Amino acid sequence: MTDQPFSIDRGTLLDAYRTMKTIREFEERLHVDVARGDIPGFVHLYAGEEAAATAIMLHLGDNDRIASTHRGHGHCIAKGVDVKEMMGEIRGKASGACKGKGGSMHIADLSKGMMGANGILGAGAPLACGAGLAAKRRGDGGVAISFVGDGASNQGMFLESLNLAAVWNLPVVFVVENNGYAESTSVEWAVACDSYVDRASGFGMPGVTVDGTDFFAVHEAAGEVIARAREGGGPSLLECKMYRFYGHFEGDAQTYRAQGEVENLRENHDCIKIFRAAVTGAGVISAAELDTIDAQALALVNEAVEHATAAPMPGPEDLETDVYISYA
Amino acid sequence: MARNLSMNEAVNEALDQEMARDPTVICMGEDISGGTGSPGEDDAWGGPLGVTKGLSVKHGDRIMDTPLSESAFIGAAIGAACSGLRPVAELMFVDFMGVCFDEIFNQAAKFRYMFGGKAETPVVIRCMAGAGFRAAAQHSQMLTPIFTHIPGLKVVFPSNAYDAKGLLIQSIRDNDPVIFFEHKNLYDTKADVPEGLYTIPFAEANVVREGDDATIVTYGQTVQRSLDAAGALAKEGIECEVIDLRTLSPIDMDTVLESVENTGRLVCVDEANPRCSIAADVSATVTQEIFGALKAGVRMVTAPHTPVPFSPALEDLYIPGADRIAAAVRQTVAN
Repeated sequence: MTDQPFSIDRGTLLDAYRTMKTIREFEERLHVDVARGDIPGFVHLYAGEEAAATAIMLHLGDNDRIASTHRGHGHCIAKGVDVKEMMGEIRGKASGACKGKGGSMHIADLSKGMMGANGILGAGAPLACGAGLAAKRRGDGGVAISFVGDGASNQGMFLESLNLAAVWNLPVVFVVENNGYAESTSVEWAVACDSYVDRASGFGMPGVTVDGTDFFAVHEAAGEVIARAREGGGPSLLECKMYRFYGHFEGDAQTYRAQGEVENLRENHDCIKIFRAAVTGAGVISAAELDTIDAQALALVNEAVEHATAAPMPGPEDLETDVYISYA
Repeated sequence: MARNLSMNEAVNEALDQEMARDPTVICMGEDISGGTGSPGEDDAWGGPLGVTKGLSVKHGDRIMDTPLSESAFIGAAIGAACSGLRPVAELMFVDFMGVCFDEIFNQAAKFRYMFGGKAETPVVIRCMAGAGFRAAAQHSQMLTPIFTHIPGLKVVFPSNAYDAKGLLIQSIRDNDPVIFFEHKNLYDTKADVPEGLYTIPFAEANVVREGDDATIVTYGQTVQRSLDAAGALAKEGIECEVIDLRTLSPIDMDTVLESVENTGRLVCVDEANPRCSIAADVSATVTQEIFGALKAGVRMVTAPHTPVPFSPALEDLYIPGADRIAAAVRQTVAN
């Protein structure tokens, strides 16, 4: 390995950049396609938040499980869910990850440890406790990550899960993706404590706040709490302060934002730009290499859209299947 | 060899034998061992009515006491079920579903469908239900129609100790989420129960009494009350067929339809509140499918559209009794 300032090897950094860029292109394309009327239903975009999912998932394998949120595309891609199947799912196609029966808010791939995006805010936290319990009983060092937004962090089931995970000493990490807004409502107003670290200590577990736009900071902090969980040290809470570039959902007029807020975010707080500047500035990866990945990520997304567009819709014969495993 | 066991003992035995057979089966719930972390004995309670007493002694940390936190531990049972375990979670009283229902109806029930047939959630949620225990409005409901309404859930309601053991073993082995009801008034009722493992398939109703004049369809504690009514009616020359549904989802409508084809008369008995009840569901299905076979209008005998009252004088009126059931049969036979 060449001498470089990062604790992560060059190949992994290239992979991370590819993941972040794929998420960004995926979401940017959806933004356009939703506006064009190509996408049915609700879509919540992860653009701006890519560093967190990517850095955290670098510590996980297929044996580790995540419970995601309504804003789950980034988690899915970073956990290895097939981009073509995701695009098909979001378009309600039979080629989708869930045969078109789930949609954007319910993409899952259990074979990859992805337990599902979730339309119910906070509902993933108890599920992650269950996955953590299963891992603990298997004794294979597996961990579970519960993603939750700043808004859903006020849900009872999330707070109950913190307590249960601590009481049972489960290998679970609760990641609060704090993008400042619960739909349109400010986190400053809606969360009645100054810091998520205080909440964690209230449940007897470590709490760490990290700049979610800093890939390296998230990677380091996540590495510590995930290692702790693997080694039997129990649960932790990791708050990633981050920004979303789009509204709560596509179609959100975002009148709750300050004037010029998004332009400032894109200019000065874009986690991908920050990553790019760090790795090129350190001379670890060249701009040309990153440009090549940019083109490949765009091509991958375009290919996924073409594949999804060409795929058939599910048929009437699919309406009543997959409700039960056995019908008696 | 069969022994005369209470339903309480039959449920305990089913859990014990399945845990011994399958190491992925775990149990969790409030006080199912009891005494965890307390200065006195472990296995202090074995559940509030002692149904799980002794299991923690035999199965150690696979019997997990939980904090009073249904939303978290019911959800955790569901998450563990999608992660390779077969959890049996005890939601002490079904009335407590209000604090954890999302995990049941939006998560467990929907995973299979939402994820395109790729998820398996083999979880059993055991819960006490029913009135007659002087436990008042928040500890006495049936709520069976709410669970039966939801696609993706299976709903099981044994009426006796024999069925309880066989249906619980089947529930644990089933790969779909199962809500397993235990009527608290039936725990002490006894039946012959085989020592070994056996299963009772879902969607197989039990014809507990045969008759040609009217069909009574029911489940739970009103099975015995319907049998009592049928016994009284037989003395008047009215022979009732009594069907114990045993599972509400899936439901064995074939047995019901076949019986009504023969009798031409149907009385649906349900301890649940009447609107959108199991009684209403069976009535509607029979009316739609075999209207021509009916010799009289279908009758329903249910709880009133009220919460469960506390006063014993009122609660006894609330639960459908043999007298009300017999009166409904007489009405339909008179038509």
